[in-house]
Amino acid sequence: MEDYEPTIIAFTCNWCTYTAADLAGTSRLSYPPNVRLIRVMCTGMVDPKYVIKALLEGADAVLISGCHIGDCHYMNGNLKARRRVKLLKELLPRFGFDEQRVKLTWIGASDGIQFAETITEMVPKLKALGPNEVRNQMVL
Amino acid sequence: MAKIAKIEVKEQNPLNSLQGFFKTLLEQGEISAILVPQHLPMKDVVMPTLVTDPEKLNGTDPLAPVFPMNAAKLVSRLTGKPLGGSVAVVLRPCEIRAFIELVKLKQGRMEEVILVGIDCLGAYSNVDYPRFVGDDGTQATLRFCQNALAGKSTAVEDFDLSPACKACEYPIAENADVLIGLVGVDINQQMLVKANTPEGEALLEKLKLPEAKEPDGRKKAIDSLVAQRVAYRDKMFAETTEATSSIEKLTSYLANCVNCFNCRVACPVCYCKECVFVTDVFDHEPTQYLRWAKRKGIIKMPTDTVFFHITRLAHMSTACIGCGQCSNACPNNIPVMELFRTVSSHTQKAFDYEPGRSVEDEPPLSIFREGEFLELTGGKE
Repeated sequence: MEDYEPTIIAFTCNWCTYTAADLAGTSRLSYPPNVRLIRVMCTGMVDPKYVIKALLEGADAVLISGCHIGDCHYMNGNLKARRRVKLLKELLPRFGFDEQRVKLTWIGASDGIQFAETITEMVPKLKALGPNEVRNQMVL
Repeated sequence: MAKIAKIEVKEQNPLNSLQGFFKTLLEQGEISAILVPQHLPMKDVVMPTLVTDPEKLNGTDPLAPVFPMNAAKLVSRLTGKPLGGSVAVVLRPCEIRAFIELVKLKQGRMEEVILVGIDCLGAYSNVDYPRFVGDDGTQATLRFCQNALAGKSTAVEDFDLSPACKACEYPIAENADVLIGLVGVDINQQMLVKANTPEGEALLEKLKLPEAKEPDGRKKAIDSLVAQRVAYRDKMFAETTEATSSIEKLTSYLANCVNCFNCRVACPVCYCKECVFVTDVFDHEPTQYLRWAKRKGIIKMPTDTVFFHITRLAHMSTACIGCGQCSNACPNNIPVMELFRTVSSHTQKAFDYEPGRSVEDEPPLSIFREGEFLELTGGKE
């Protein structure tokens, strides 16, 4: 699939990763345009159903990215997010979703470079994986 | 102080003797009421009843191979707020385990409740039970118990016990305050009564039952029953894993679903007071449906079926105690229990969690720690 461009839905926290993405932009770093950012106040508010919905609607990957452990603006939201991602990584592969389609990273507000790198690394991996099988389904 | 006592069985009728036991419990146990399944007088169905009058226990039949609902939800109703008296609740092991999960979720309290668990020989589905029971409910129960305890087939015509019961590795309610033992016991002679907790011991002391000790064969009989069920369960896990291993297969598995959400209503551990799937969030704009349809040229209506089931798995699978009421409630015979138990076995293992074991175990998604699951972020905190 040469012309296949993966779509990444990224839930990024207001205080760290969203700011990092903003910094990547203002620093004029270039990274693939495959990511759709959704700013949330904290990764701790990302209900597993948001991730499930995104994948069932045809997203090729969901990235959840927040503050490093210890840096959470709300003390421990990222610790909660980590448990939920653990759960999703047990759950979704049962139904054929590759484990790589859900990704969790910690990217601090000053890590614009790391944000650009993360997306740059994800895209070729997702291309190799091929499109989300759901795209061909009538469901859901 | 007797930790193990016995109920003597007269005239080879364990049901009568059990009714006598409950009567004694209500009269001498210093409790206000007892929640116990009974054959209803107006129609021969078995439903949980809350009894305060010892004379109103004649239809009691906790051994009937049916449980129309998971009574944990009823105990939750009784104990959500102070009851003003203690109640003994006669439950199946899966109901006790579900109740323990609800207690952890602050939807029930242990304070005013005595859990009475009975060895569970399994149950037929709500649809099959009337076909099984015939004209005489209590006779049918006695016949069933004799057969099941003797290791004979429980199949009748074209149906058998529900798959959830056949796959249940928890036939013994070890976490009840008082346990009534049938497996490995000659129930024409006696039934065991075992206190597992200080509350249970205190209660047994008041009842002044004759002391007993566990028959030698009991442990072996339990092990053999559990082994049989584990074998059935593991085969079910393998078949269900195969039948749902891709999203295409999963949609086929759930193809008959009409989004009635009965499985959620029947589920004792689906704990949300208001499920998001019945809120405005899913009250989509008419134009939204058109947009969805246009994207692919076709969408199935109602929408969000697979989304509902996967989300429910995400929300409650770590607490799934495998009672099978979801399958029991499904109007379209979708093997819901099989799917949920199979997936739950993995999510529970991921958090090293055994639902219903103890109120001390914290539900996996209610706690979080530093330094755990580091592999998710490349081994770094």
